[in-house]
Amino acid sequence: MSKFGFKLTPSGTINYDQGDFRLAEFIDQHEPSSRLCISCGACSATCTGGAFAKLEMHKIHLFIKRGMSDNVKTQIQNCMYCGKCQLVCPRGVNNRNVIRLILTHFKI
Amino acid sequence: MTTLKYQTVIIGGGVAGMAAATELHKSGSKVVLIEGNKKLGGQVNNWYKVFPNFRPASEIVNSLSTNLLKDKIPVLLETSITHIESNSGNYILKSNQGQVIEAETVLLATGFNTFDPSGKEEYGYGIYPNVLTSVELEQRLKTNTNGISPKRIALVHCVGSRDEKVNRLHCSKVCCVSAVKQAIELKEFYPNAEIICLYMDLRMYDNGFEELYRDAQLQHNIKFIRGRLSECALNIEKDLVLKIQDTLAGLPMKLTVDQLILMVGKEAHQLPQFDESIIIEKASHGFIKPADSHLNPNTTSQPGIFCCGTTSGPKTIQETISDARSASLAVCDYLNKK
Amino acid sequence: MNDIEKNVWRKYQKNIADDNYFFVRSCIRQNFFPASEQAFLKIMRNVLGKNVIEDPKHTTCAGIGYHSDVVTFDTLQTIMGRHFSLMTEAGIKNVAISCVTSFGLYSEVLETWKHFPKELEKTRDYLYKATGRTFEIPENIAHCSDIIYKFRNEIAQKATRKLVNAETGEPLSIVDHIGCHYSKIFPEYGEGGAEFPQVLTGMVSAWGGNSVDYPERRHCCGFGFRQYLVQANRGYSVSNTYKKLVSMEPYKPDFIVSNCPGCTMFMDKWQYTISEMEHKTFGDGNQGVPVLTYEEMAGLILGYNPWDLGLQMHQVSVEPLLKKMGIPYDESLKFADKNGHKSSVPFQPSYIL
Repeated sequence: MSKFGFKLTPSGTINYDQGDFRLAEFIDQHEPSSRLCISCGACSATCTGGAFAKLEMHKIHLFIKRGMSDNVKTQIQNCMYCGKCQLVCPRGVNNRNVIRLILTHFKI
Repeated sequence: MTTLKYQTVIIGGGVAGMAAATELHKSGSKVVLIEGNKKLGGQVNNWYKVFPNFRPASEIVNSLSTNLLKDKIPVLLETSITHIESNSGNYILKSNQGQVIEAETVLLATGFNTFDPSGKEEYGYGIYPNVLTSVELEQRLKTNTNGISPKRIALVHCVGSRDEKVNRLHCSKVCCVSAVKQAIELKEFYPNAEIICLYMDLRMYDNGFEELYRDAQLQHNIKFIRGRLSECALNIEKDLVLKIQDTLAGLPMKLTVDQLILMVGKEAHQLPQFDESIIIEKASHGFIKPADSHLNPNTTSQPGIFCCGTTSGPKTIQETISDARSASLAVCDYLNKK
Repeated sequence: MNDIEKNVWRKYQKNIADDNYFFVRSCIRQNFFPASEQAFLKIMRNVLGKNVIEDPKHTTCAGIGYHSDVVTFDTLQTIMGRHFSLMTEAGIKNVAISCVTSFGLYSEVLETWKHFPKELEKTRDYLYKATGRTFEIPENIAHCSDIIYKFRNEIAQKATRKLVNAETGEPLSIVDHIGCHYSKIFPEYGEGGAEFPQVLTGMVSAWGGNSVDYPERRHCCGFGFRQYLVQANRGYSVSNTYKKLVSMEPYKPDFIVSNCPGCTMFMDKWQYTISEMEHKTFGDGNQGVPVLTYEEMAGLILGYNPWDLGLQMHQVSVEPLLKKMGIPYDESLKFADKNGHKSSVPFQPSYIL
């Protein structure tokens, strides 16, 4: 590829047909309140970790649902387990349990 | 030919026209209801069940038409008004059946049409067989003839609404909640299928709507993705390939579906032809512009001609019936003062 | 005609002049597919008996410079005014445009003048001050593919063969690619609109081929002007072509036909680049999928010698396609000049044949 001085750019498109939905199914089964997330962002705005590191709880919900488990695994490492995301959620999503389940799934 | 005389002619026998006819009759006004089709009910006849409580649409039509029958209110079916002119404070209406009707007031209850989505070429309506409108889906639900075993179905909101490209800037009001209702119905029909709503905004503004949305998420596991469909194509397996932007994740997204439902918006139904001296003002979205949208929502720019229901813009059935009843008060008030 | 498209393309039937065209050439086509414009003129003059006028004083439209932000819109309008001046001098009222970039810009300039007459006044002023020239606005502009489309049935009548597999008699599977600026900016300027353009599929069906609809059909080839011009950005450009090639692969197309200079060049030459980078080839064996211009496609069915059509200039070898169509060719003359003298043979790529 150095031959040309450029290479193929990987596609950033979410390919919903080829996502990894194992985590999504696991969370959906054990914490159905996660279905209620509407990406209002209150959780991410109040997040202790999110102010200093890449951690957005509402995005984590999206990544799970889009089958993008790798993104979830990277971000969740920055969680401080303070529970504020659950306190502010207007839809009553049990975020603490969602986080616990993610950690269980990834055996972190 | 003899001229039929009434105090009020109501044009359009949908739920608005029927509700207004009954109210006006109760107030002692001599009314006639005119409907172009073979039966009463208008657009609501095309619906199977209605939001937010899944009540059969036929129940509403039947209830309103039973009242008409009970009160022996004259109804002219398969009759369209072809021309309206004014005559010393009254109106002379001519029909396609050759009747001439003289009335003191005219109540327009002509309602709406649904948007023809073949104008949104990128959605493939009329080209790909598994792309259908929300109205066509209602018919299939009613007659149990959807006839596919889908893995995934997507419903596209705002088709022919809020879209400058098809010259429809207005919100059709009912499509969001209709989509949520149809998504639940589809899920009940195909429990193993994934049902996805593709929305720009979810406008759950009325009583019971937000609750229905919540129910759709929690109880029925309907998926909601914020992003407007940009293109639908067919792959070699004849699945529909959708290109959308997941605007919440901030990434483009590609997914295949077995069926695509287009939530078609409302647009103004054509009005009868008026004589040049009669001026009915319309709003930018093509529906009638009320004289005062807050205080006189049923009065048009022409004294003696009133409007009700979706003739003045998109409404739910509940709003339509309330508006029709409010219109009957406006008509009575006019007749009393005359 | 492709059945599924009937509904849409009927809405977009544009007016294309019948005869007497002022021909404006493409900059890059003359380099990369040098015989295509010659084939267009031959078909127009010899097959259809039309009057096509050229003027050696015609220049680039400056479209590439404009889209790369080095030429201003004022300059562009003035250059186009000058072209119209040459047309006016020739006593012609219709323009036949070889390039899709130019076609898009001619459309844009004419629309601008329609909606902002002051821009037209300004352009007339600039041109007059610079060159003393005046001009008339053309009555009709058409892309050359529109004109071939218009006369597709006449061409079919004079054709000596069809777009079919000579051995099996089956129609060839042909993917069309329309240049973005042909109809995405002004759908009503394009035959069949922008979502289901008819201009090339109309030729394909009229000449016996089978048009393939595939998911990334409307996707840009990736040229993008400024992306391509900067070497480091070319990965972005080639990735778009790659996306299209992957999307059409399951349909096993016999060839791709395009009406745009840049698209034809990229979809052809990037196949080599992709094969060297990723060791990935498309088409049977390692042959790649040939990419033809519509004039080359027309030339093949009219029985023109493939080397006179310039098919030896393609990156992806066209010989397998010629064999499939039963078209005779002399391999030894592939890299020969007009007089039959052999010239040097290009370097052979590592992966693509």
